Amino acid sequence: MIQEFKKIWKQYAITMLWLLGLLWPLLGIHPDGTISFKQTITVWLYILSGTFICFIIYIINSSGNLKFFTEPVVNTSEKLNNMVQNMPSWIWKSVLLIGAVLYPLLTGRYPTDVAINVLLYICLGLGLYVVAGLAGMLDLGHIAFYGVGAYTYAILNVRYGIGFWVCFPLAGLSACIAGCIVGYPTLRMRGDYLAIVTLGFGEIVRIILNNWMSLTNGPNGILGVKTIGILRPVMENGFSFEIFWVKKLEYFYYFALVLAILTIIAVTRINFSRIGRALEAIREDETAAELMGVNTFYYKLLAYAMGAVFAGFAGALFAARMKFVSPESFTFLESVMVLSMVVLGGMSSIPGIILGVIALIVLPEVFRELESYRMLVFGLTMIIMMLFRPSGLIAAKRKKMMEKKS
Amino acid sequence: MDSFIQQLINGITLGGIYALIALGYTMVYGVIQLINFAHGEFFAAGGYVGVIFLSFFTGLGYMETHPIFCLTASFALAMMYCAYLAIGVEKIAYKPLRKEARLAALLSALGVSIFLSNGLMLTQGVYDKAYPSELFQGGFSFGIITIGYLQVLIVCLTGALLVALNLLVFKTKIGMAMRATAQDKTMSALVAIGSNKIISLTFGIGAGLAAAAGIMVGLYYGSVRYDMGFLPGIKAFSAAVLGGIGNITGAMLGGLIIGMVEIFGAGYISGEYKDVFAFIILIGVLYFKPTGIMGENIDDTRV
Repeated sequence: MIQEFKKIWKQYAITMLWLLGLLWPLLGIHPDGTISFKQTITVWLYILSGTFICFIIYIINSSGNLKFFTEPVVNTSEKLNNMVQNMPSWIWKSVLLIGAVLYPLLTGRYPTDVAINVLLYICLGLGLYVVAGLAGMLDLGHIAFYGVGAYTYAILNVRYGIGFWVCFPLAGLSACIAGCIVGYPTLRMRGDYLAIVTLGFGEIVRIILNNWMSLTNGPNGILGVKTIGILRPVMENGFSFEIFWVKKLEYFYYFALVLAILTIIAVTRINFSRIGRALEAIREDETAAELMGVNTFYYKLLAYAMGAVFAGFAGALFAARMKFVSPESFTFLESVMVLSMVVLGGMSSIPGIILGVIALIVLPEVFRELESYRMLVFGLTMIIMMLFRPSGLIAAKRKKMMEKKS
Repeated sequence: MDSFIQQLINGITLGGIYALIALGYTMVYGVIQLINFAHGEFFAAGGYVGVIFLSFFTGLGYMETHPIFCLTASFALAMMYCAYLAIGVEKIAYKPLRKEARLAALLSALGVSIFLSNGLMLTQGVYDKAYPSELFQGGFSFGIITIGYLQVLIVCLTGALLVALNLLVFKTKIGMAMRATAQDKTMSALVAIGSNKIISLTFGIGAGLAAAAGIMVGLYYGSVRYDMGFLPGIKAFSAAVLGGIGNITGAMLGGLIIGMVEIFGAGYISGEYKDVFAFIILIGVLYFKPTGIMGENIDDTRV
């Protein structure tokens, strides 16, 4: 045991010295020909003290000295878990639903705004879940379909004046078509290659949005997208309808909520359907799945198209909310963001993904002052997650359910 | 015709740079079957360290008296720095994941990429950092065609590095060990080749070459930016795939082809879509001939 700790300490010390060597040329060498050490050492000491605390906690934890603290926490969470599982599911579902419905009334404008973001990203994340979690295809260009959906609505609305409710299915359709176009040539590939090709397609879509001036107005984006309009019955002077433009953020929140709930229901249904099983079979072993009579290409394309459709719907809603779209919203980094939400929550569990989305949207909002360090911490979290908990926060539950049934 | 030759020269310059970056991808993939997403950031870091040292020397005043020494020193220091960076990154973020699923390593690589590019942004600023511009003004001119001194330097240096790498890999004992590790890790461990050392070495060499490419790009375009690693990284990866991933000669060839296609595509088809051509080649190659130009057979876990 002591030997092991010595080894860990040694590795830690070497890592920190390595970091010092890494920082010094970047911070200590100045263009006017002077060399300084002060800034480097200061930054390094900050990092050192921060990591040191985490490290000490980690060591105490792994040696079992933190049991007085962790054990009650684990016990309570297990008890809660059991309670939730033993309760009829409609109880906590309705509690969650009521909470979600009351949320904008209880909070202000800013939290509602963040919540809309969360809901849109839940749609995106669950779309990606079908592709990456169920079928095991790593997709690094998922945001492209979000972009296609958003631009479909923006272009149709601004140029042709078509309303939201016509464009909404069209946005899904165009994202689906885009998904098929991307999927058809690429889905013969597997693993890393698929990842890089989808990344390439995502970039192609962004470049096209950026350069097709006559259609998309290039990097300036499209301004003046109308929001959702719904027909509202009016009782004055007899019975008639008038168009009611959804401008208030709270109403928008409800639209996003409905979309998110529908997506969750749809993805759950896919998950436990024949298609879901087929996709999981493909994920586990494609060759074996094909031997068992699963039409792998068809199912992979289907998964890809379905993921794209959810993203397209979310995109249309995004365009309607922002009233503005530009290629800047659909960069590679956003794709990585969505993917890390899915991975962070556990590749194949729907509640996990929702948790991942909430974590990755809400935490950066909370630490708004540390804006510039946000992505740095994000990258670091991704590495640490992969090192210590590669299966995500909430691991998949299917195995347990199978056992229960049998 | 004149413009064709001019474009050809530009294409070779750019292609050489891509080839240097592609080598890192292909070597790493050959040894541990990982797409090192952070490779583009090694390239960007090389560009930054290059500009730091070049301007440091300019500030000291050595640039006027000993330009060749300063340039060599900057290249060497930047390459060493990036090798140092890459070896550390490999030890921290990739080595513990070698036995895990491939996805974990890939995501870890993505995390490293984000971390490094933001680290560069935080330490060096969000804006472009300009290279000392008085270097290498002018060039040889033949009629309408001009070849900048810088282009000559880039092509010569790229050539020298590529020849040196080929010598290292195919003529020395270390190179033999590298090739053996790439073929079969267990077997090479049995004949006393330390695979950890070889993997570190591979990362170091790959990142060093990328750093050289970074300085060249900085000199060629006049400035560096913290997020400049992303696009060249992906294009270089396309080059590596085009040449057959894991194959060193293939990566050089692929880099040249991608560079040419980009320059000619920008010149004759559309300048706005110049970034798309590399992706189209990538997709085409993977669709029709996933082994690439010079690749051997690959088993079905790869494609």
